[in-house]
Amino acid sequence: MQPPAESRDENAMIAKVLAGGTDTFHELIRPYERSVYMMALSLLHNEAEAEDAAQESFIKAYRNLGRFRAESRFSTWLIAIVLNEARGRLRRKQPGLTDSIDDTSEGSVTPAQLTDWREIPSESLERKEVRSLIRQALNSLPLPYREVFVLRELEERNVQETAEALGITSASVKMRLHRARMMLQKQLAPDLISQAPKRRRRFPWF
Amino acid sequence: MVLNCRHVWDYISGYLDDTLAADVRASVEEHLAHCEICSAVLDSTRNILILTADDRVFELPLGYSERLHARLSQAMLEIPPPTREGEST
Repeated sequence: MQPPAESRDENAMIAKVLAGGTDTFHELIRPYERSVYMMALSLLHNEAEAEDAAQESFIKAYRNLGRFRAESRFSTWLIAIVLNEARGRLRRKQPGLTDSIDDTSEGSVTPAQLTDWREIPSESLERKEVRSLIRQALNSLPLPYREVFVLRELEERNVQETAEALGITSASVKMRLHRARMMLQKQLAPDLISQAPKRRRRFPWF
Repeated sequence: MVLNCRHVWDYISGYLDDTLAADVRASVEEHLAHCEICSAVLDSTRNILILTADDRVFELPLGYSERLHARLSQAMLEIPPPTREGEST
């Protein structure tokens, strides 16, 4: 997520909207357009629905702006709104989907064990197959892990903000993030290696 | 403290985030120095995190921002302007 510029005084912008300068709301949300869409997409897996959920979330934020309290960050508040919106849509589609996972037991994830890992250059992302492999792997994470992973890794929120947005403890954030990373490593490392260009052996005689 | 591979895997996130206690970190490093598998697990995890966080993995739909602001403008015409809760409207 693009961090808002230092000069942005969001509390002043919010006060302006609440005082009747409603157009300022467009300016207020601009840095979070991508974030909110990404959160919706990572839960809903459907671009059209994610876009609709993102729009609804911003409208809800506008409608409820008077309830925003400056002790939390505006961005965290927005994320909580889009999470609610997306979770509500998921529940309507898949009743019975719950968040009950065990954050306390050991239950470590065994990573893929490789010895020939070579760096997958980020240019590999120019290839559709590689982007698609990564999206599939992210989408296959169980929801509670996916939410934490997206907030921490894609949105670069810190542990505390993530805990606050999701309403869970910092310890759970750390545990879920670790497991999510290991699950992704397990799923993606073998696939990405097979997608990597064959390495030229420069000094085979050594 | 001597760690086996399974212990090291449990510490990978802490290692990447640099949140391990100094003695644990030292033990992890000692293990990594001679364990090819754990080094590869660490490197692959780090690389995968870099790739997944790349903006190119998920792209915004074309015209998303324009449609969002158009819908917002429409909604703002229909919704009463928000006011600080607790104040009289």
